[in-house]
Amino acid sequence: MKSWLRYAGQAVAYAAFIALLGFFATAPAYSPIDPDAAMIKLSFVHVGQRKVECRKLSPEEIARLAPNMRLTLDCPRERLPVIVELELDGKLLSRRELAASGLSHDRASSIYQKFVVPPGRHLVAVRLRDSARTEGFDYTRSTEVELKPRQNFVVDFRAEAGGFIFH
Amino acid sequence: MLKQIRQAGPWLLSRIEKMYSAAFTPAWNPFYHLGALTIFFFWVVVVSGVYVFLFFETSVTHAYESVEWLTHTQWYLGGVMRSLHRYASDAAVVTIGVHMVKEFITGRYRGARWFSWFTGVPLLWLVFPLGITGYWLVWDQLAQYVAIASSELLDVLPIFSDPMARNFLTNESVSDRFFTLMAFLHLIGLPIFLLFAIWLHLLRISRPTVNPPLGLVIGSLAALTGLSLLWPALSQAPADFSLVTTGIGFDWFYLLAYPLLDYGSPALMWLVLVGSSTLLCLLPWLPPRRRKPAAVVSLPDCNGCGRCVADCPYNAVSLAPRTDGLVYANEAVVDAELCTACGICAGACPTSTPLRRKSEFVPGIDLPGLPIRSLRDWTLAAAVQPGGEPGTRVLVYGCASGVNLAALRHSGVAVVELQCIAQLPPAFIDFVISRRHADGVLLLGCRENDCHFRLGVQWTDERLAGKRDPYLRARVPRERVATYWGGQVTQAEIASKINAFRARLRALGPYRPAPVTQSTYEVAP
Repeated sequence: MKSWLRYAGQAVAYAAFIALLGFFATAPAYSPIDPDAAMIKLSFVHVGQRKVECRKLSPEEIARLAPNMRLTLDCPRERLPVIVELELDGKLLSRRELAASGLSHDRASSIYQKFVVPPGRHLVAVRLRDSARTEGFDYTRSTEVELKPRQNFVVDFRAEAGGFIFH
Repeated sequence: MLKQIRQAGPWLLSRIEKMYSAAFTPAWNPFYHLGALTIFFFWVVVVSGVYVFLFFETSVTHAYESVEWLTHTQWYLGGVMRSLHRYASDAAVVTIGVHMVKEFITGRYRGARWFSWFTGVPLLWLVFPLGITGYWLVWDQLAQYVAIASSELLDVLPIFSDPMARNFLTNESVSDRFFTLMAFLHLIGLPIFLLFAIWLHLLRISRPTVNPPLGLVIGSLAALTGLSLLWPALSQAPADFSLVTTGIGFDWFYLLAYPLLDYGSPALMWLVLVGSSTLLCLLPWLPPRRRKPAAVVSLPDCNGCGRCVADCPYNAVSLAPRTDGLVYANEAVVDAELCTACGICAGACPTSTPLRRKSEFVPGIDLPGLPIRSLRDWTLAAAVQPGGEPGTRVLVYGCASGVNLAALRHSGVAVVELQCIAQLPPAFIDFVISRRHADGVLLLGCRENDCHFRLGVQWTDERLAGKRDPYLRARVPRERVATYWGGQVTQAEIASKINAFRARLRALGPYRPAPVTQSTYEVAP
């Protein structure tokens, strides 16, 4: 093959290669959700109350313990599961019973959930139970929110801050 | 149907490679240097990455600004370096992909070659996170998406007590510490593991090619630089966690699997990633298994010269101290696990000569499945085949691994099949011509730089040129020996080569050996 033809062939091959690179490095554009939709994220890390209440040890029981391990209370480690509900416009979006993590179920319960919702005015209500009660909830909060397209509405929870936090 | 699909792959690959060989020449054909090109792109990524890092601020608040400054204010160098960093890493994904497909289509992943294939899979698990963590550092909309999606993916694994994705709930929840971790992984952790993995990948290959030819280096670098100037890599809008990212400029080379997360689930993505990786790892052992028996050493015929050791493309032959009491210092030892049964060692053995006067023809090292003795028998059988114009009888030695020998059988020539063209000891050519078993010898093999057994074509060329032991003796008239490294050629192509060779032989007239002189026994210059 003539040398100019070879060089032209190489130029075409390189051009095709960089066109492939240049195009697929940024295109086609990708949308993980509908660009006209909004998102609600429910996420928190919270330690439920103890499954068994602490019990005060008697002097005899304390005496039986090793001197360096003497405590006045016996507190079993296991934690209760945390129950959480999320409602949107009066309709239940999610109800989860979150087991405590850890081998002994003595650590925090956690959740991370996403919901794609239509934009517009919505009533968001959340409820959480972290105690041994069988009915009702320990924390509740609701709000009316105007969600814009692409808005990321976050529902967090921090007991020390008084309960649910909306971002 | 399945057979046709299997045959279509090599055929299509051969057509594409032929096209590229026409433009680039076989020496510069990028399809013959895919691994080396990938390593070259890696070095481009390293050098450009070091430059970009000099100006990069590893913090949530300033990372985006520092990259923007580099891209726009110092566009002539910093911007080009950033673009080279991105495009070279994308180019590496392309060459890795084509490299894998090619090795699969040509069956170069089975038998003793399992190791290089198998160790290539962890390389993928390092290359993709390396690219993904790089996108993370720019801290734009794509980084935001990658940070959240990757965290959601990792959260499925029971390794974090709290969901990692919580770190990216709001703008306030993102911390510099996380950023430092990503920077460490991208700049130091993953590249070091990647280098180690590349070393492991090449461990069982003798004389691995880690640098592409200079022409390809210059061409690729010029192309990437041109792309960087024409279409520079730019950041998208800065990360903002109060909004969901949509319409993201997506790097499909690295993030192709991510939509599985959004339109499937993290568990599905793990299933696909782990499932496909496991399948890739198991491929070398899946049916049909075609492992041929490894080369064997015949100690009474081996003098431990080491030529087989020097020529083995897979480090399967080594020298060990003599065990049979003969006077030689060493003996050849074959590691059957590493042997691909290419027969190159037998072609290199000085005892593999059909000219020697010994009742039993057993070379020092040989293939049990295709012994040199059979080659001599087939050569003699092929030589007595009737027909053909006197003075133009051609005997063809062809490599069965990379050449479509079926096309030859219809061309009216005698064909002797070999595992690899370098399995043929040069003494056979001397034998055929000096004993007038044929008027000319044609050697057919894989395309130059694309030998199925890596080095067979190169060793054969060097043996014929007298640059590599065992040499083709000087007395053999070179005009009666032709080579054609054409790979999967068509019947028409091979017929044209044979006709041209026959015309040459016709012009030469009948072979008459030169009078015996001292130089007859010297090697060709």
